[in-house]
Amino acid sequence: MNEEVTIDIKRIDDYRWRIPRVGKMKTDGIVYADKKMLEDIKKDKSLQQVANVAWLPGIVGCSLAMPDIHWGYGFPIGGVAAFDINRGIVSPGGVGYDINCGVRLMRSGLSRNDIEDKIDDLVDALFVNIPSGVGSQRKDLKLNAENERNVLLRGAKWAVDQGYGTQEDIEYIEDRGCILNADPQFISKRARERGRNQLGTLGSGNHFVEIGFVSDIYDHDLARALGIYEEQVTVIVHTGSRGLGHQVCDDYIKVMLRASGKYGIDLPDRQLCCAPVESKEGKEYLAAMACAANYAFANRQIITHWVRKTLEHVLKLGPKDLQLDLIYDVCHNIAKIEEYRIDGKKKRLCVHRKGATRAFPPDHPDIPRAYRALGQPVLIPGDMGRYSYLLVGTEKAIEETFGSTCHGAGRVMSRSRAMKLAKGRDIVRELKDKGITVRSASRSTIAEEISDAYKDVSDVVEVVHNAGISKKVAKLKPMGVIKG
Amino acid sequence: MKGYEIIDHTADIGIKVYGKDLKELFQCAAEALFEIICDLSEVADSIEKGVTLEGDDLEQLMVVWLGELLYLHETERILFKRFEIKELENNSLSATVYGEEFREGHHTIRTVVKAVTYHQIQVEQKDGGWVSRVIFDL
Repeated sequence: MNEEVTIDIKRIDDYRWRIPRVGKMKTDGIVYADKKMLEDIKKDKSLQQVANVAWLPGIVGCSLAMPDIHWGYGFPIGGVAAFDINRGIVSPGGVGYDINCGVRLMRSGLSRNDIEDKIDDLVDALFVNIPSGVGSQRKDLKLNAENERNVLLRGAKWAVDQGYGTQEDIEYIEDRGCILNADPQFISKRARERGRNQLGTLGSGNHFVEIGFVSDIYDHDLARALGIYEEQVTVIVHTGSRGLGHQVCDDYIKVMLRASGKYGIDLPDRQLCCAPVESKEGKEYLAAMACAANYAFANRQIITHWVRKTLEHVLKLGPKDLQLDLIYDVCHNIAKIEEYRIDGKKKRLCVHRKGATRAFPPDHPDIPRAYRALGQPVLIPGDMGRYSYLLVGTEKAIEETFGSTCHGAGRVMSRSRAMKLAKGRDIVRELKDKGITVRSASRSTIAEEISDAYKDVSDVVEVVHNAGISKKVAKLKPMGVIKG
Repeated sequence: MKGYEIIDHTADIGIKVYGKDLKELFQCAAEALFEIICDLSEVADSIEKGVTLEGDDLEQLMVVWLGELLYLHETERILFKRFEIKELENNSLSATVYGEEFREGHHTIRTVVKAVTYHQIQVEQKDGGWVSRVIFDL
């Protein structure tokens, strides 16, 4: 694909590796990984992509990569890069197509053995109640232009006002479920059309709703403070801004291709196209991106509502017995304006997290009051056959990674290789034998998403934990999953 | 030479397409996109749509062309199988495209393509024909 370029990479310590600045790079790259993972990472071109990001104007600190790094388009997936808001850029490619793709984690008042014999019914009911797969639409929720505008402006708050969830939910969403500088006038008609009947739907690929349980606790004090205990039933929702977000990215890549020329920005790859944060193009993209991010917050909020209703119905429980409360909702494809202390001075930066999660430490003003003593909860979903992790953010993440950590397992195998490997196997049966019920709109999704196609998320989490940029709290195992 | 091959990516998927001229190249790229999405042997060509587009250059035109088909596919739930490029010059294109509305149970969806990217996009003249590379976001 790329011209063969060997990337020079030097060990800093067991979990950090430096790509020294060469050629047109403006800074070094730093990759968080252990030695074994690095060998895998070297097999694709993602290290070249870390180096490419370091070309971009106004980059502050290093071009960073989390241990779940893999090949993306333009920016690597698992990439974090911060830019000075006065001298630096914002790039739609540094956010990705699925704007504010993210995950939310809920705890419940139930134990694993309360639902073990009902898991098939639960999965079937979720599958019926939460549309997924190609062109999925909600028949009971079509937005008119006015409602859609409110979704774009108000995000999860709009959803709660419509009766999807509670005011308390809002408290436990990154940015309280609404990014403030959203301006729908910068959203194309086409993006609106794509968004209009997809709200409340899961989409495809790696998106899912998962019922699981807490299998291991690593930090009992933190777990207790987060209301987590062993064998407790949990629910994870993973989805984003659907066709609306994809269209916003597509629209603004076109804008940025022109802008890059206009502002004389030297690009190693067209997909890195960008504009100064403070330029007209930069501001408009951020206002449009915020709309798509708000749509995604509303989407996860509405799906949460249907998950609650479904569980209440199948288990014949009231909301008070179910107690399906939100622990936290994080974005992992987004650009944010955040303040950091750089060389002793406070600076506002445009932090791009593409397949990376915000992980703010205790006492940070932007995390819920209830978590001020703990740090921001971070959910790292693994593949459907293994496990996920709950972590919290740390001060070291602020010092080293602009308050960021990993976002998931990261693929190690292309979809077609995964399909070949799954050929002739009954993956649903194999998972069932491991105690996991899976349903998907598409058979090929299940084959493409087999565990073998992903890094073991525990390897990824070990690196961020040992490097100190987040801290392990608990491990969750799946019982039932619906996939897109 | 006409045809395409799949470029295998870790997270996404790409195509390398060949055509004797630009019209054939663009037609082939669209076929490749919908072969990735579904099994085209199950799809009829009962719906007809007209498409007129332009780009800043051929590479952008390719992304815009495939992006337009993807947009129509997603919003109108159409699977496209036949593409007649009527005109293609000065980085603009007009075409008539044919397909069928997606029906659950009748059509098999292989992969959902989210977007057409500019990543390593290429449209080039080579050995008397044309070649293009496109990467999709899945």
